[in-house]
Amino acid sequence: MSVLAPENRQARPAPEPGAASMWLSDGWTVTKRNLTKLKRSPDMLVFAVLQPIMFVLLFSQIYGGSIQVQGTDYTQYLMAGIFAQTVIFGSTFSGSAMAQDLKDGIIDRFRTLPMSSSAVLVGRTNSDLVLNGISMLIMMATGFVVGWRVNAPFSSFLAGIGLLLLFSYAFSWVMALLGMSVKSPEVINNASFMILFPLTFISNAFVQSQTLPAPLEAFANWNPVSALVQAARELFGNVGSVPTPDAWPMQNAVPTVLIGAILMLLIFVPLCIRKFASISSR
Amino acid sequence: MIEASGLKKTYRSKSGPVHALAGMDLSVPRGTVKALLGPNGAGKTTVVKVLTTLIRPTEGTALVDGIDVLSNPKAARRIIGVSGQYAAVDENLTGFENLEMVGRLYHLSAREAKRRAQDLIEQFELTEAGNRPVKGFSGGMRRRIDLAGALVINPKVLFLDEPTTGLDPRSRLSLWGIIKNLVSDGTTLLLTTQYLEEADQLSDDIAVIDGGRVIAEGTADELKAQIGGHRVVVTLVNPADAGAAREILGRHGDGEATVGTDGRTVEVGVINGPRALQYVLGDLGQAGVELHDAGMRRPSLDDVFLKLTGRHAENTDENVPAEKENAK
Repeated sequence: MSVLAPENRQARPAPEPGAASMWLSDGWTVTKRNLTKLKRSPDMLVFAVLQPIMFVLLFSQIYGGSIQVQGTDYTQYLMAGIFAQTVIFGSTFSGSAMAQDLKDGIIDRFRTLPMSSSAVLVGRTNSDLVLNGISMLIMMATGFVVGWRVNAPFSSFLAGIGLLLLFSYAFSWVMALLGMSVKSPEVINNASFMILFPLTFISNAFVQSQTLPAPLEAFANWNPVSALVQAARELFGNVGSVPTPDAWPMQNAVPTVLIGAILMLLIFVPLCIRKFASISSR
Repeated sequence: MIEASGLKKTYRSKSGPVHALAGMDLSVPRGTVKALLGPNGAGKTTVVKVLTTLIRPTEGTALVDGIDVLSNPKAARRIIGVSGQYAAVDENLTGFENLEMVGRLYHLSAREAKRRAQDLIEQFELTEAGNRPVKGFSGGMRRRIDLAGALVINPKVLFLDEPTTGLDPRSRLSLWGIIKNLVSDGTTLLLTTQYLEEADQLSDDIAVIDGGRVIAEGTADELKAQIGGHRVVVTLVNPADAGAAREILGRHGDGEATVGTDGRTVEVGVINGPRALQYVLGDLGQAGVELHDAGMRRPSLDDVFLKLTGRHAENTDENVPAEKENAK
């Protein structure tokens, strides 16, 4: 057995491709790897599919009878909240997956290869965007079954989906940075639970912020999750005649989310790339 | 081919700074194999990580094939192959997919990456693992896939960090075979190991490292000459005989004999193992010393260490890495 047969001597890489095509091809290679992983370890996929179904059914069927929303039916009100909550939690996977890859030494392998320095991160956030997209589709289908309707033009409906996914994509980068900064994947899961649960609940996702005690109401009105929920509600035409709070982010929900997502990307993409250049398993 | 000088790496920790590398100099000429031999925590993995662009040293310079790995890591990555201490293969991908992915990330064309992956699968006798997810395969198989990953581009310089730690003897022998083959093809190789025998089998030259610096350097024979060719070891029935046994072993040994902490094991380094053993047994018999066990063994890292540093290398028990691997 000769490992380096003479004809294989030519297997040295061709002259480096241009930066842009390298970025695209490396990003795609890693995305494909992550999606294959997802396909082969269905627990994650099942979680991403079942959890939204469960939330839609639980909230609409159990709380729907007790929670009164002035100006619309609770199921119409609820769906935007569940969409927002699900994509936000979905984005945390970017963090735990980065932490896991780091722990497994896969990141070390990637970092010794002459690949684009952002490809691993791009691949990570891309595949999690796909995962979130799948979750969205499932949630919508479940929503339609329990009576949710879109009362807006199709373009507005698409804009709503786009906005939710843009926000989740930007938030994936935030989580990826965290994932590279912690010692183990479990930390991400626990921390996101401790931080994101209150954040999504002290918002207008499931109840009107007006019904909360004054300090929580103020928090909810300025909570970025509320802006995302409010924006989705507006774009899906689910606001009905529910009064919109006076706080600026509530009055300007769509621009708030757009600006927020772009700011997150502008800050966290460079931070992630810088962090990635120095991480290694211990 | 590999030139490193004055490498220092200092980590901050709660109990003060930790000097993982404390001024390490290394030189590996083109087409040769150097083994870094040392116990856990000596700095083996750290120096490999520095040379393979994974971490930046606090001080020092490092060249690989003339490329400065600190100022031009991307160029260095195009010519190196790395296989780490824990097989960094993706569990959910098949062996083939793992190798194909690595090929694509070295920017081989899609066709070339597939062809190369297939070649390596065949050459490494991985056909079994080729089309099934790596999850569920033995540690030896994973190491082979990881090693194959390091060879996708026929690297000019290859780094293997403890390639056989935690493997069973059969897998170890099989990996040795593969590595010897590579070496005969003229690849420049830097290898780290905790096993003197492995360094002896695979390398031209050994650097013994401790506390983040090289404490001895030479061929395996030169190192062994320093510590004696073999060790003669006897276990006494009666600890009271330890003094007499020590004197007799010392008479035939190359240096002082030592008594183990159990008070019953006496050993000494010798030049000619079989002959020394014969004499020792004869003299012990005449002196009426009763033996529980007697024999000779090859010197280990621990012996080299004891000789060079006056203390034992910790954690050189062959089972320790295996347990660590399982725990993972």
